[in-house]
Amino acid sequence: MSAVAAATLAPDTATKPVLEARDLQRHYRIGRGWLRQAATLKAVAGASFSLTAGRTLAVVGESGCGKSTLARMITMIERPTAGHLMIDGTDIVDADKQQLHVLRPKVQMVFQDPYGSLNPRKQVGQILSEPLEINTDKSGKERMEIARAMMARVGLRPEFYTRYPHMFSGGQRQRIAIARALILNPKIVVADEPVSALDVSIRAQVLNLLMDLQAEFNLAYLFISHDLSVVRHIADELMVMYLGRPVEQGPKQVIFAEPRHPYTQALLAATPSVDPKARSKRLTVKGELPSPIDPPPGCAFHRRCPFATEVCGIERPELRSFAGRMVACHHAEKTL
Amino acid sequence: MPLLEIRNLAVEFQTHRGPFRAVDGVDLTLEPGELLGVVGESGSGKSVTMLAVMGLIAWPGKVTADVMRFDGIDLMSLSDSDRRKIVGKDIAMIFQEPMTSLNPSFSVGYQIMETLAVHEGGSRRERRRRTIELLEQVGIPAAASRLDSFPHQLSGGMCQRVMIAMAIACNPKLLIADEPTTALDVTIQAQILDLLVSLSRERNMAMVLITHDMGVVAETAQRVMVMYASQQVEEQPAERLFEQPRHPYTAALLEALPERALEKRLNTIPGVVPGIADRPSGCVFNPRCNFAQERCRIEQPLLEPKLGARVRCHFPIRGDVS
Amino acid sequence: MTDITLPAAEPVSRPISPSREVWLSLKANKGAMAGLIVIVLLVIAAVFADIIAPYHYAQVFKECVVEVCPPAWREGSDPRFILGTDAVGRDLWSRLIHGSRYSLFIGSIVVTISLAAGILFGLLSGFFRGTIDILIMRAMDIILSVPSLLLALAIVAILGSGLLNAMIAVAITYIPHYARLARAAVLTELPKDYVTASRVAGAGTLRLMLNTVLPNCLAPLIVQATLSFSTAILDAAALGFLGYGAQAPTPEWGTMLADARSLIRSMPWVVTLPGLAILITVLAFNLLGDGLRDALDPKLKR
Repeated sequence: MSAVAAATLAPDTATKPVLEARDLQRHYRIGRGWLRQAATLKAVAGASFSLTAGRTLAVVGESGCGKSTLARMITMIERPTAGHLMIDGTDIVDADKQQLHVLRPKVQMVFQDPYGSLNPRKQVGQILSEPLEINTDKSGKERMEIARAMMARVGLRPEFYTRYPHMFSGGQRQRIAIARALILNPKIVVADEPVSALDVSIRAQVLNLLMDLQAEFNLAYLFISHDLSVVRHIADELMVMYLGRPVEQGPKQVIFAEPRHPYTQALLAATPSVDPKARSKRLTVKGELPSPIDPPPGCAFHRRCPFATEVCGIERPELRSFAGRMVACHHAEKTL
Repeated sequence: MPLLEIRNLAVEFQTHRGPFRAVDGVDLTLEPGELLGVVGESGSGKSVTMLAVMGLIAWPGKVTADVMRFDGIDLMSLSDSDRRKIVGKDIAMIFQEPMTSLNPSFSVGYQIMETLAVHEGGSRRERRRRTIELLEQVGIPAAASRLDSFPHQLSGGMCQRVMIAMAIACNPKLLIADEPTTALDVTIQAQILDLLVSLSRERNMAMVLITHDMGVVAETAQRVMVMYASQQVEEQPAERLFEQPRHPYTAALLEALPERALEKRLNTIPGVVPGIADRPSGCVFNPRCNFAQERCRIEQPLLEPKLGARVRCHFPIRGDVS
Repeated sequence: MTDITLPAAEPVSRPISPSREVWLSLKANKGAMAGLIVIVLLVIAAVFADIIAPYHYAQVFKECVVEVCPPAWREGSDPRFILGTDAVGRDLWSRLIHGSRYSLFIGSIVVTISLAAGILFGLLSGFFRGTIDILIMRAMDIILSVPSLLLALAIVAILGSGLLNAMIAVAITYIPHYARLARAAVLTELPKDYVTASRVAGAGTLRLMLNTVLPNCLAPLIVQATLSFSTAILDAAALGFLGYGAQAPTPEWGTMLADARSLIRSMPWVVTLPGLAILITVLAFNLLGDGLRDALDPKLKR
């Protein structure tokens, strides 16, 4: 199944993917007080995807869908519980410390909150040169030159080298964060909601910058977002997740033109639009997001789904190839 | 008679870099049952405007206005105790963070009953019945069993519903919603917005929806006021505003939206919002404006009706409404 | 392409460095400034004690033993001794000036030892959690469960009396406060994105601890350090008073107080003045500590 997923995700690129995940899983054991048994939370319960240089894979979903855990696994902060995660040809699941150390610089990250992601006690220059200090044996002067050049590249004045993060606006801070992510020349950048904390006009500036940098450095982006209008603009491929599992994945055009999973449809319908024509009839899904500790049986979405039938509550639909994308729904044929 | 009438509202804060006008010359009229959207970027003064109406500006801030009338009552000359009788009863407010707006130490039922006790009175049983009724109205399933739930036992969406129940408990004539859905997931956001709009219609309750999300305003509000750097720059009926913005700032903001993008590179607004120290002379938007002329740098434009909109611009964008 | 994004990065108006911001806020606080002035005076007195003090602290004036020499505002005072002499005829003013050395010395040593140990324990339990966390924090709880003066006395009883041992004893009783503060600060900082960013960049645990997280945990610790400077002086004085701390003829204020306590009726100034010195010093450090708390806390939360 995973081989199929990889094939449909990158049909037009013959190049080898820089990132490949097969049935990736991450579970947490959580205590629930003295009297109750510890439970297993499947934050990511099996995701397969691949990412090639110069392309953007957008991971879309709401809270509890596992997108942040996915980011933590790809950036090697957490180890997968099961499955395989190949970064630039090395499987990190059984990589030793030395291999991880070599792999780390290849994956960098941009965070959502530009206020929390920069150390308030460090000058911009120190923030930018820290990754170089850890991963290279460049001299202090070289590090400073590289950092200044990177500042200029992301649109910050190199004179700000000695300033502290709190002296910058939100958009400028996000530029600093992007500069830090790129300073090690990574192959993959995980961007976790990089623009959702920014105002509209600043958001456009930062998105432009991200797109420019991708073209210039041939970066592969894993772009995590809940904002479908941003995703529609920046992504090449799309993976919609619900409660730890991808429910629909494939090329962006295909999914946006004709979403087949009811959850994707609901997300699209719920995304507010400024243009009355773009507004689809509101398909408001009922109910709350279920808790990942205690997921519903069968299809995780069936209790909120307008198309649900008896089988949905019993049997979990597997991802299958359908109409140019992968979809995990028993009724994908009927959802239009 | 309009429900809310504001003329020349200003809110000034003393900072150690000198006085700062967080709100400058806002004029606003709201009819009963009307749904007004207030959009602007962070720091544009949209929240402070509404906090001033609620009388919630804390001490160093100074509120001045030529007129600020709610339902025929002059809010400016009102004593604190008289104001408290109106705020929370006739004017209610909900906030961005539903989890922190509720008191974590009390059950949600108790908190709603408390609101009822303060403003309505009635017996304990009566209040309990009303509370269940309210929770049902805001779409909380099995309302009676939720009375004893504490905020941390509920999801963000549920907490926001409880906040709304508390806000509408005393049948307010005006509900101010300050970024009510920003902290919520997309599908939950849609549910809450639907709920707010239907409550407003059913109860003929006027609503002011403060948000930074253009899409949210476009889908819910009847009239939209755009704020930039403490000033109100444009006001139009929602449909017309998104079709034919008259102020260059509104137009630039809309063009910067990815969904309005015609090509891969997004349009941006050059420069940054002016801070306390570097407010420009003339029009506040002139340093970033593509259409700025000599006059814009010298003379501050007034908020005037032009081209079918109320706009604070010397040279509003022409073009036909299709 | 580069030039397209450049104009967006305008300078932010008038930057103030974090340390300067703290100073400005501290300067506006009158109490803290008064405390700071007193502390500066104390430091000067301690450093230049040999020059400022008219006599050596142990120099005995026999004439004052026979006939008591009261301070200047009393009848029959000797112009050589502004604050009079004590029971064995030593100049009280000189002894008080020399005493400031001991007080500041005690305060700084106690605070340094307990701060260093507390930060170490706090970082360890905050970073490693699990068994290490439980072991360290329960040990801290045990220390906290014994009244601090009693514990200090017990430690001095083991180590033997003397100023140095008294300082170590007092320092040990303070460690839990710092360890708890440091741990709490570490736990609030650890989940923040900038720590994750350092991890993604490949920073090891030691680097994360000392370079990334610790500087952001210092604000509450600095405040606590300033405040416990004064309690350290008080506790060391108490030990001195009980005879377990500094020994006579050391002009340590607590010891001086203890030596003179039988004279409270006949020579009240010999008791009052060291007590007053302790009071003023402690008050000064408390005022400064409060000021620092106000200056450090809200600013850095932004």
